[in-house]
Amino acid sequence: MSITLTEQSTTAPAHPGAVPMRGAGAMTGLRIFSARSLKHSFRDGESLLMAVLLPLMLMLIFTFIFGESIAAGQGGGRSDYLAYVLPAIALTAAGFGASYTAVVVSNDMTTGFMNRLRTMPFPAVTVLLGHTVSSMVRNLLATAVVVGVAFALGFRTDASVGQFLGAVGLISLWILVITVVFAVLGMIAGSAEAASGYGFILLFLPYVSSGFAPVETMPGWLRGFAGHQPMTPIIDSSRALLNGEAPGNEWWIGILWCAGFIALAVWLAAVIFPKKVAR
Amino acid sequence: MRYADKPLVEISGLSKSYGKHHVLNDLSLTLDPGIHALLGPNGAGKTTLVNILSTLIPYDSGSVRVLGLDPQRQRSQLQGLISLTGQYAAVDGALTGMENMLMMGQLFGLSRRDSKHRADDLLERFELTAASAKRVATYSGGMRRKLDIAASLIAGPQLIFLDEPTTGLDTRSRQALWDEINALAALGTSIFLTTQYLEEADVLAERIMVLHDGRIVADGTASQLKDRVGGSTIQVHDGAGHIIETLPTQGSAQEVAHALSALARQRPDVGITVRRPTLDEVFLELTGEPVTDQNDKQKENAPA
Repeated sequence: MSITLTEQSTTAPAHPGAVPMRGAGAMTGLRIFSARSLKHSFRDGESLLMAVLLPLMLMLIFTFIFGESIAAGQGGGRSDYLAYVLPAIALTAAGFGASYTAVVVSNDMTTGFMNRLRTMPFPAVTVLLGHTVSSMVRNLLATAVVVGVAFALGFRTDASVGQFLGAVGLISLWILVITVVFAVLGMIAGSAEAASGYGFILLFLPYVSSGFAPVETMPGWLRGFAGHQPMTPIIDSSRALLNGEAPGNEWWIGILWCAGFIALAVWLAAVIFPKKVAR
Repeated sequence: MRYADKPLVEISGLSKSYGKHHVLNDLSLTLDPGIHALLGPNGAGKTTLVNILSTLIPYDSGSVRVLGLDPQRQRSQLQGLISLTGQYAAVDGALTGMENMLMMGQLFGLSRRDSKHRADDLLERFELTAASAKRVATYSGGMRRKLDIAASLIAGPQLIFLDEPTTGLDTRSRQALWDEINALAALGTSIFLTTQYLEEADVLAERIMVLHDGRIVADGTASQLKDRVGGSTIQVHDGAGHIIETLPTQGSAQEVAHALSALARQRPDVGITVRRPTLDEVFLELTGEPVTDQNDKQKENAPA
């Protein structure tokens, strides 16, 4: 290795000297890390493909394998069930996508990367926000593909533009919730493997809701949880909106749940993040 | 303020514990600009000390100044003057070498243009220009380490912390990195490195501090440390150059001559070498334990 000992001629001196670097602000940090996380997402082709394929497979399975028989019990057909199950598929897809966030956050936390960032003059928490932005983009993309394929399979909506946007808004809010929850899990987990393990448990939650089958058809001991868990009001109200119906009271119960989860996650992040220093 | 006029590091009565485990005990130290090596076995507290000095973790008690600034109370000001290269490469494998450099430059507050200029120069200096558009995941361990250090230099820090910089590198990469570290120091950057390789401390550092049980147990140039153990050893070789016997002496001419004349009478054909103690022997003498094997590194740091 040859070494050039002469001072390099650049616009910035090799040693800015007595003046400390001021560092990037929160907005610059957010921009830099959103770009970084998006590069991660789009360069990791396999993960991106999975993020889109898994929910798609899920929708096809529920529509073509279970659809006819479940819908028969409710006096409908396959395409009725597709409309019924679509919001739940979108929410489950968000879970798949967000579990990736737990892994990338955990990777950042447990390698030297975060330690260096913490010794630099800018708010290091913007790394987490960058992952959140990227997760939103990835999941909305997956949701768009799912909805697009649903239309191709014969899904039709009676919703007005406002109702359609309302349903998309509720689903996006849930994507944000599940993303920040998984980001916090990734921060707490000791390793990327553990982070992905925690995520796995959460992926079963959508099934115990009104998403795939009516709560009334479940045994009594499940009904209490399924009827009141946070995903049920989101699913019910976005389903109603997509059918062009009024969502009733359900929508604000769903928003309250989301606000609560986001507040909890932000609080946990604020408490835990400063204390987490990779070994 | 001229940071160059301040001592590089000024520590007095520094203590840090995790629960009942005292990692650093009433440690005091003053360092002038230059290359300094902190040597110690696993669990001695090396990484903890580096983490405190580089603003990563708070300390419990005592007074700490780095470039005249308190790493706890003047954190962000100090952060603009230093950089940390930890034990694990802090580069992003999914990004290219250049993207890593630009990201770090902008986070330090450089404009994109200035970051680009600095990145071009540094990548060239570290012979990474050809690989600058490739993803870091495809780099070898040595290239990754070089990029790691290049990235830490992007904003022209006054002081860089290198926590075990050559761990896991092959001999050739290690030698190359030593050359780079010396070149950096020649340009006026101060370096504070930790290492378990005695040879590394011997080759690089003007001053070596031995950390043991949370205290500095020895401090000086490699030669001064060797003097503390004293003596010279006569190694006796057979015809093939294998050492067949070692004769410890106090190092005086008379004693060495005496030992040699006795040897000459008994075995006139053997070869001999007179050598000073190695830092390994110094280390053993000072701490009562040999420098621990690299494989055992997991326990080095305290809990997060």
